Amino acid sequence: MLKGSVTIKDGCGHVPSLATGDLFFLLAWLLWWQAGHEDHAGPDPPRKVSAALKQGQITPTELCQKCLSLIKKTKFLNAYITVSEEVALKQAEESEKRYKNGQSLGDLDGIPVAVKDNFSTSGIETTCASNMLKGYIPPYNATVVQKLLDQGALLMGKTNLDEFAMGSGSTDGIFGPVKNPWSYSKQYREKRKQNPHNKNEDSDWLITGGSSGGSAAAVSAFTCYAALGSDTGGSTRNPAAHCGLVGFKPSYGLVSRHGLIPLVNSMDVPGILTRCVDDAAVVLGALAGPDPKDSTTVHDPINKPFMLPSLADVSKLCIGIPKEYLIPELSSEVRSLWSKAADLFESEGAKVLEVSLPHTSYSIVCYHVLCTTEVASNMARFDGLQYGHRCDINVSTEAMYAATRREGFNDVVRGRILSGNFFLLKENYENYFVKAQKVRRLIANDFVNAFNSGVDVLLTPTTLSEAVPYLEFIKEDNRTRSAQDDIFTQAVNMAGLPAVSIPVALSNQGLPIGLQFIGRAFCDQQLLTVAKWFEKQVQFPVIQLQELMDDCSAVLENEKSASVSLKQ
Amino acid sequence: MAAPMQRWVGRGRHWTFARVDGGSCHRREAPTGSTSNRIRGRSSVAQQPLYTTQKPRKGEHKWAAVVGLEIHAQISSNSKLFSGSQVRFSAPPNSLVSFFDASLPGTLPVLNRRCVEAAVMTGLALNCHINKKSLFDRKHYFYADLPAGYQITQQRLPIAVNGSLTYGVCAGKKQSQVIPKTVRIKQIQLEQDSGKSLHDDLRSQTLIDLNRAEGQLRVDANISVHHPGEPLGVRTEVKNLNSIRFLAKAIDYEIQRQINELENGGEILNETRSFHYQLGCTMSMRDKEGKQDYRWFMPEPNLPPLVLYDATSLPAGADPQQVINIDQIRETLPELPSVTRERLVQQYGMLLEHSFTLLNEVGLLEFFQNVIKETRAEPKKVTSWVLNTFLGYLKQQNLAVSESPVTPSALAELLDLLDSRTISSAAAKQVFEELWKREGKTPGQIVSEKQLELMEDRGALEQLCHSMMEAHPQVVMDLKKGNPRVINKLIGLVRKATQNRADPAMIKEILEKKLSS
Repeated sequence: MLKGSVTIKDGCGHVPSLATGDLFFLLAWLLWWQAGHEDHAGPDPPRKVSAALKQGQITPTELCQKCLSLIKKTKFLNAYITVSEEVALKQAEESEKRYKNGQSLGDLDGIPVAVKDNFSTSGIETTCASNMLKGYIPPYNATVVQKLLDQGALLMGKTNLDEFAMGSGSTDGIFGPVKNPWSYSKQYREKRKQNPHNKNEDSDWLITGGSSGGSAAAVSAFTCYAALGSDTGGSTRNPAAHCGLVGFKPSYGLVSRHGLIPLVNSMDVPGILTRCVDDAAVVLGALAGPDPKDSTTVHDPINKPFMLPSLADVSKLCIGIPKEYLIPELSSEVRSLWSKAADLFESEGAKVLEVSLPHTSYSIVCYHVLCTTEVASNMARFDGLQYGHRCDINVSTEAMYAATRREGFNDVVRGRILSGNFFLLKENYENYFVKAQKVRRLIANDFVNAFNSGVDVLLTPTTLSEAVPYLEFIKEDNRTRSAQDDIFTQAVNMAGLPAVSIPVALSNQGLPIGLQFIGRAFCDQQLLTVAKWFEKQVQFPVIQLQELMDDCSAVLENEKSASVSLKQ
Repeated sequence: MAAPMQRWVGRGRHWTFARVDGGSCHRREAPTGSTSNRIRGRSSVAQQPLYTTQKPRKGEHKWAAVVGLEIHAQISSNSKLFSGSQVRFSAPPNSLVSFFDASLPGTLPVLNRRCVEAAVMTGLALNCHINKKSLFDRKHYFYADLPAGYQITQQRLPIAVNGSLTYGVCAGKKQSQVIPKTVRIKQIQLEQDSGKSLHDDLRSQTLIDLNRAEGQLRVDANISVHHPGEPLGVRTEVKNLNSIRFLAKAIDYEIQRQINELENGGEILNETRSFHYQLGCTMSMRDKEGKQDYRWFMPEPNLPPLVLYDATSLPAGADPQQVINIDQIRETLPELPSVTRERLVQQYGMLLEHSFTLLNEVGLLEFFQNVIKETRAEPKKVTSWVLNTFLGYLKQQNLAVSESPVTPSALAELLDLLDSRTISSAAAKQVFEELWKREGKTPGQIVSEKQLELMEDRGALEQLCHSMMEAHPQVVMDLKKGNPRVINKLIGLVRKATQNRADPAMIKEILEKKLSS
């Protein structure tokens, strides 16, 4: 198993030395918003912002209330399952006190965040978008949630997902599908008006991708500044690409999984969704590190905090382009952007190499076996005895189990459990599970070989195309969709590598397209540094949600105010 | 750290004895604590005595039985194998349950270092090969007292394998001869225990205590019979045997049942059986507990491989808190029972069976050694007194060594008096009986109060012997006719007259002298 190989790490190559000027950007942004945001240029220098915060020019409570207001305005997006208004306001109050006393806890103090509803939150319902856990209130916080709270972050709520994170659309949970905020963006609407065939606008909204679609929509619609997703086969990067966000999957073992309700233990990683790379680095800085409650976290010292230098020069970098990722299903727009991105690196002096990851095509089928097997095992605890849903049948314990599980899980979950138990049967075990593990090793070795050939970072598409309308998406079943949509993201989870999706440009339809960078294991900082350089080059446009936000004049008065960006 | 392990080893040894000799039930308290952490050992005994049916017909084959035992033993640790919650005997139900123990979603197992050390120590004590890398697996089955739906265990690559334990079987007329035997240990694995189900038939409900089952040794016995030289028979598994006596009974019953079944043309099913304590028979478990789950083991993804080091493989600068060093554990291993026994035989010229008895009773060896330390008496004398007189009194009153009214010092003093010929051995028995009354008197005090000193006055004794011979002319006559044994009668009479204060050897000497003159 891969977990066996969680030993750190050959050198991370050319990580430039840390610069110190990029701290506090979130705070800087807060001030910028408050100050009237005259242009897109970004926030004031950090020191001034810190001073302004100390002077109380903006307070965490005001910020929290604005986000709560936006959450209400965008309720129809279905991004949140639970809005923890009271908790957030109380946290804001405490944060405010700290600021007043000059005892800020750091970069995240007073910053509204959202958490995918498969992370355990003490005292707050955690459903996994499943009937099985409806009403389940965990008595403890996931380590990552606790770490955010310890940093002073405000928990706005729990975000929507596919049931138990099984899906790639955020369409298959009991609380209904999540709508992509870009469906309502000025950029997309204007393009649609140009096309006379598009009439039924209201029902033709787009999916967010998934399974962390609620988290992506929450950040994209400005209801929070960062959100936690989970990433097992691409569940953070995929919706990030569809919602024009940075979606970061850390190295397996860098961030604790304790409290994350598992999909596939050996591949799950808490993911981070933000509007820019620096934000992702700050959140990663808060989350990374060994956890005594998760034995798969690594103990070796990790450079913290994750401050990213501004890379002035990419001439020492080697970018790998995996040839197996160029597949017929890839849309021409994504392909063209991918190619342009490679050109960009090359023109700036980086070495760009074609590399081969020969076992890529086996990734999906291999994942299917490993995922369903672990699912069958992990889901066994949901029996209705101790927590969650329990049916009314009490003829026998077995009858109760069966009915509880039939009522509690949707078809997707039940289908995966069934497959998994099939693969776990004695007569099938060697032929499926053991073989899939071997294939997984081959896939992981592909990456090792690529990196050993001198490549620092791999550049690939994140998704086949931009987000599709819901009605289009549901024409295929969950399994087919997941298999298609995870094609560029899944192998990374098999290998435990860090990867990040960066929004690059808008498609002809006015929808975001993302590209993915994949780094060496535990070279997360190097990966994000490269991503930050790239982000700066591409100047991805800010979502324009003025129509959506019409009623939110108190918060976002005009087009400019909607163009909120955390970018410096 | 060493003591609990020794206890485990002791228990391991215990059942082997009991199983083979047909079930002498030793008075041994159940270990304290719950069995949330346990070591599972598997052993097999392939060479069983040959069995025959009660009336073997002419030309009939003999049967051989093969028995393998799965022994579940709790590790003496403060917290559970995979969680930080405590282990405590007879705690209120579900009072020691962590979120992990309750299998709340999102919780992960964290391996308890103490349990790993205990397992390594057990492996070393049982002559096992310690695997420097071992793995954890999930065993899947649905049962109400298994809240995760799987049990974390070590199936594919356990922490220790291929061990052996040599033990002795009592044989001979008086069970006084000890025949050495060896049982093979297949593997030792760390395994999470399930909860405890409490079936309430009255309300037809089952209550679950996730503190985990109480700390008993549990044994599952796998049994099959075959004709020697032919392939092994189909085996059955008799589950949850929690006393050594019942284990022996269950095995004996099951062997005979299988033979009868086969001889009557039936067949043995590969099934799980339970032992009915009252009826003394095994029966098929038709309920869900007996049902097989056909799902296979899966690697536990939340626990990395367990890596152990020895002096040669220990990485330089390794944090001692982060690594487990096999060699270091070996150094802390207490003297093993077989070594102790051998030492006792060598050092004190003791019979091997006596050394077994000394080790089998908790605290008896220590008591013995303390007496030896303080007395001038010969070790053989001490052994005899400790094993016969002292242990006899304990057994008679069903007391543990720790509850004895006689301290090692008191016994040592008593044996000194005997050794210095201050008192006769008969008087010593009397003193011992007084000591047992707990009146706080020393042996010396008792001797002087009761005037039990040996008669030192030879003249007086000669006088006594003379009058005794005159009083019993018939006996003297018999003696002179050539029946030397009857002298004992005279000796006894003289002793009685001295209230056991005379040395029988001296009496005999005087009598013989008088008779021959």
